[in-house]
Amino acid sequence: MKHVEEYRDPEAVLALAKEIKRITTKPWTIMEICGGQTHSIVRFGIDELLPDEITLVHGPGCPVCVTGVGLIDKAIELARNPELIFCSFGDMMRVPGSDVDLLAVKAEGGDVRMVYSPMDALQIAEDNPDKEVLFFAVGFETTAPATAMTVAQAKEKGIHNFSLLVAHVLVPPAMEAILSMPGTQVQGFLAAGHVCAVTGYEEYHPISEKYAIPIVVTGFEPVDILQGMLYTIRQLEAGRNEVENTYSRIVRPEGNLAAMKLIGSVFDVVDRSWRGIGEIAASGWGLREEYHSFDAERKFNLGQQVAKENPICLSGQILQGITKPHECPAFGTLCTPEHPLGATMVSSEGACAAYYKYRRQTSTTA
Amino acid sequence: MCLAVPGKIMTVTGEGPLNRTGKVEFGGVLRDVNLAYVPEADTGDWVLIHAGFAISTVDEEEAALTLEEMKRLADVGGGLIGDESDREDGPVS
Ligand code: SF4
Repeated sequence: MKHVEEYRDPEAVLALAKEIKRITTKPWTIMEICGGQTHSIVRFGIDELLPDEITLVHGPGCPVCVTGVGLIDKAIELARNPELIFCSFGDMMRVPGSDVDLLAVKAEGGDVRMVYSPMDALQIAEDNPDKEVLFFAVGFETTAPATAMTVAQAKEKGIHNFSLLVAHVLVPPAMEAILSMPGTQVQGFLAAGHVCAVTGYEEYHPISEKYAIPIVVTGFEPVDILQGMLYTIRQLEAGRNEVENTYSRIVRPEGNLAAMKLIGSVFDVVDRSWRGIGEIAASGWGLREEYHSFDAERKFNLGQQVAKENPICLSGQILQGITKPHECPAFGTLCTPEHPLGATMVSSEGACAAYYKYRRQTSTTA
Repeated sequence: MCLAVPGKIMTVTGEGPLNRTGKVEFGGVLRDVNLAYVPEADTGDWVLIHAGFAISTVDEEEAALTLEEMKRLADVGGGLIGDESDREDGPVS
């Protein structure tokens, strides 16, 4: 496929790996933010091409992994409501809440449907005027244009049997949260290319300055990722802290202005609780007042449960880059993608699932 | 979950600020995609698709520059290339 294959060219991959080796003189720790990048790194063995001095830390960059248990519990309660058709991206189905997951609710007879786009959920609402239809709006900035447009269209069309459980999270506040942790090891960031396609990267300049850290906007194919690393390491070796963009075929400095405009009219910045990390101030998007009639948390009377994380699970440490998946005692034994104990084993972009799929045989030595 | 794939616009079907739609081909499959966020993109252009929406257009010139840079790196086999300043228009910082 054009615009994909070129960035998997083995010659370019090797040339980049060689150049990285040539310029690296000191140990550096770099975090990739995005789970899509984690998946590519583990799948293509990119980390194994890097010199020993470079440590990669897999960041919290998967909305499926970081959606708070409290919200998953609310989703499960809503999905159990017999009056309701519950729509979700497929990735969320196996994410464990305090007790069960959405798949279990479906097995109990709940009307839980997987959709590819939130617009599909809106269509289901139009087709079923006598039912309440709900969309579980999970995602980073990348997915927000789709959610915002769906809400705007629902309002324009006057569709009243549609609402959203909004779990949108924002990347820059999470980067700051990681950089503010006392034991943080991270010295450079690969910023998530598709997030920046929407938001641009102006917001990253103050972070780079404040924490004196290089931030390089990076794509998802092996060549993209290695190029992002090369630019980051060049900065580190030269003592520079700048924001650079190596994904310029997709990302403009200002992002997608049309999308940001609609997002701004539909969403407000809100505090969010991140699974494994905790509450981060101003780290999410929630529906603005004009759209409160589409807010499932206001529309339905939801019970207050106490969210429980599995006590064995180390996913909080993994999301912060403190522990590697194979260092978790439950990895591959008690915890597998079929029976995930934590969110990082559920999503194919979670660090535990990526290691399980591609690194199981070598997990003890990796 | 932020997976987004490049596809080529084959036809633009609906117009209107919220409803600009089109058929986009990716990996040999044609899909209806909302094009409201890429008003500048037209038939034949490549766009990046996520959750049924085009969220960016692919800048062919920038793509060519990146590939050229990679080719230069591969040609010299690493070792000779300077820093990024040998690329006139970027990176942006
Ligand atoms: S392997 Fe399972 S239990 Fe261990 S940290 Fe990962 S998700 Fe949690």
